[in-house]
Amino acid sequence: MLIRQTGANQPAESEVTPEGVYTDRRKVLAGMIAAGLVPAAALAGEAPKRQGAAPDSVVGRGGALASRRTRSLDESPTSLDSVTHYNNFYEFGLGKEDPARNAGRLHTRPWSVTVDGLVSKPRTLDIDSLTGLFPLEERIYRHRCVEAWSMVIPWVGFPLARLLALVEPLGSAKYVAFETLHDPRQMPGQNTGVLEWPYVEGLRLDEAMHPLALLAVGLYGHVLPNQNGAPVRLVVPWKYGFKSIKSITRIRLVDRMPPTSWNRSAPGEYGFYANVNPEVDHPRWSQAHERRIGEFLPRRTLPYNGYGEEVAGLYRGMDLRRWY
Amino acid sequence: MPSVAFFRRWGVQLVMALPLALLVWRWVGVVQGGEPRALGLSAEPVDFTINFLGLWALRSLWLTLAITPLRRLTGWSWLAPWRRPLGLWCFAYASLHLSVYFGLDLLGSVMALLKDVSRHPFILLGMAGWCLLLPLALTSTRGMIRRVGARRWQNLHRLAYAVALLVSVHFILRVKGFQPEPYVYAGVLAVLLGARGLMALRARGMRCATRSASEQV
Repeated sequence: MLIRQTGANQPAESEVTPEGVYTDRRKVLAGMIAAGLVPAAALAGEAPKRQGAAPDSVVGRGGALASRRTRSLDESPTSLDSVTHYNNFYEFGLGKEDPARNAGRLHTRPWSVTVDGLVSKPRTLDIDSLTGLFPLEERIYRHRCVEAWSMVIPWVGFPLARLLALVEPLGSAKYVAFETLHDPRQMPGQNTGVLEWPYVEGLRLDEAMHPLALLAVGLYGHVLPNQNGAPVRLVVPWKYGFKSIKSITRIRLVDRMPPTSWNRSAPGEYGFYANVNPEVDHPRWSQAHERRIGEFLPRRTLPYNGYGEEVAGLYRGMDLRRWY
Repeated sequence: MPSVAFFRRWGVQLVMALPLALLVWRWVGVVQGGEPRALGLSAEPVDFTINFLGLWALRSLWLTLAITPLRRLTGWSWLAPWRRPLGLWCFAYASLHLSVYFGLDLLGSVMALLKDVSRHPFILLGMAGWCLLLPLALTSTRGMIRRVGARRWQNLHRLAYAVALLVSVHFILRVKGFQPEPYVYAGVLAVLLGARGLMALRARGMRCATRSASEQV
C-alpha cells in the first residue's frame, strides 16, 4: 500500500529530490564514481594484507580498517566502552547491555548482502568484497535515539549512494527496503515476540541517495562489533536511531513505501520518516531534549539532529507533524 | 548474630534501605570520578537511576499490598507491623524517582513538568500515582489515624490500590514494543487484588452467615 499523501502540501517528486539527481540520476552517479572522488580500487590495493585476513580483504589485523576522515564534529566522541555497551538491538535482548553479552553468537563471516529489486544490475556481495568496494571514510556523526539519549560515533563506511549507483536503480524505483538477518539460533531475541522478525527498515530513494546516508562497516577504526550491527549497518544521522538498521542481509529497491518494524509495531508512535524533530513529541515523552551519554545534564535536541542544512530540502513542503 | 526478634523488628528497614544504599554508594563512586558503567549504573546513569528508583517504588507498593494476604495465608502476625514502613518506603522511592526526573530531566522547571504532564499520559499516570500517595504518607502516623478516624482512615488508604493500578499502566507505557516485565508486575498485582477480593467476599459471607444464624435464633 502506498501511504504517501498526494494532497496539496505534498511536494512533487521533482521538488524533494535534488534536481540533478532527479533529471538524470544514473548518469550523475556513474559520473561521480568515474570522476573518482577517491578511486574505488585504490584502497583495496593499499590495504596491508595481514595474517588472518582473507587475501583480498581490506580488514587488517585485529579488525583494523584503513579509512580517510571525511567528516569531523566539534563535539567529543562517546567512549568506545559506552558505544559498545549501551545498545538497542532486541535480537540480542531487551537490556542495554544484553547485546554486548549475547551478540557473540552472531557469525559475521561468511556473510553476503543482496542488492536487488527494481535495478538493472542486481548483485549479491560477500561482506569482504563489499567492504573493499569503495574507499572507506571515517565520519563522526551524532546518533540520536528515539528514547532521548544520544552519542557521537566515529563510523567507518561508505555512502549508500555508491552501492545503489552500482546496481543502477530503474526509473520505477522510489524506495529502498532493508532487512536484517533472520536466524533465531544466532539472534535469540528473534524467539520472542517483542517485534515482528526480521527487522525491516526503509528510506525514500532520495533519502537513501543523500550523501550523508552511510553504510557502516566499522567504528573507531575497526570492524563493527557485533552488538553495533556487524558486519554492515545503515547510518542515517538525521533520523532516530531505529532507522539505522543493523546486520543487513538484503537491500531491495521498490516502488512502494516498504513496511518498517517500529511503525508496524506502534504506528502512532513511530513513523516511516522518523526525522529527529524536537518540535514533535513522542506520544509518551518529549523529544525536545536528549541526554548525551557521558553527560549528566540534558541538552537541546536539534532539528534533523543538527543536519538540517543538508537534509531539510528533502522534506520541503511536508507537514512534519503528519509525517513524523 | 541477629536474632529472629531483631529481624522481625528491623528486617523491613534493612531490606528496603539496601537498594537505596547501593545506589548512593555507586553514585559516590561516580562523584569520585569512576566510570558509571563500571559502577553498575550503565553508560547512562541518570536514566538508570530514574528507572531503578521507580522500580523499587513499585516493588515496595506491591510488597505493602502483599502483607495482609500473606499474613492471612501463613498466619505470620509479625508481618502486620511491616505494612506501614513498606508503604512509607514506597513513598520515599517514589519521591526520589520524581525528584531525579524533575531535577535532572526537567532541570527543575515547573513549566516543563506541567507540559510533560499535560501532553503525555505516561507522565500523567506516574504523577497522579505520586499525588495519591502523598495523603497516605501524611496520614501514616498514629496521631493522624486518631484524628482522621479509623474508618475514614481505612477508606482513604484504599487509595493504595488505585495507585497500584495507575503505576502498573505507567510501567507498561515505559517500555517499547511488547516486553514481558511490566506485565509480570501487572499479573502479580492482579493476584494480590484477587486475593483481596476473595478475602472480602469470604468476610461478607461470614457476616451473612452469622446474621442469618442470629436471625434464626
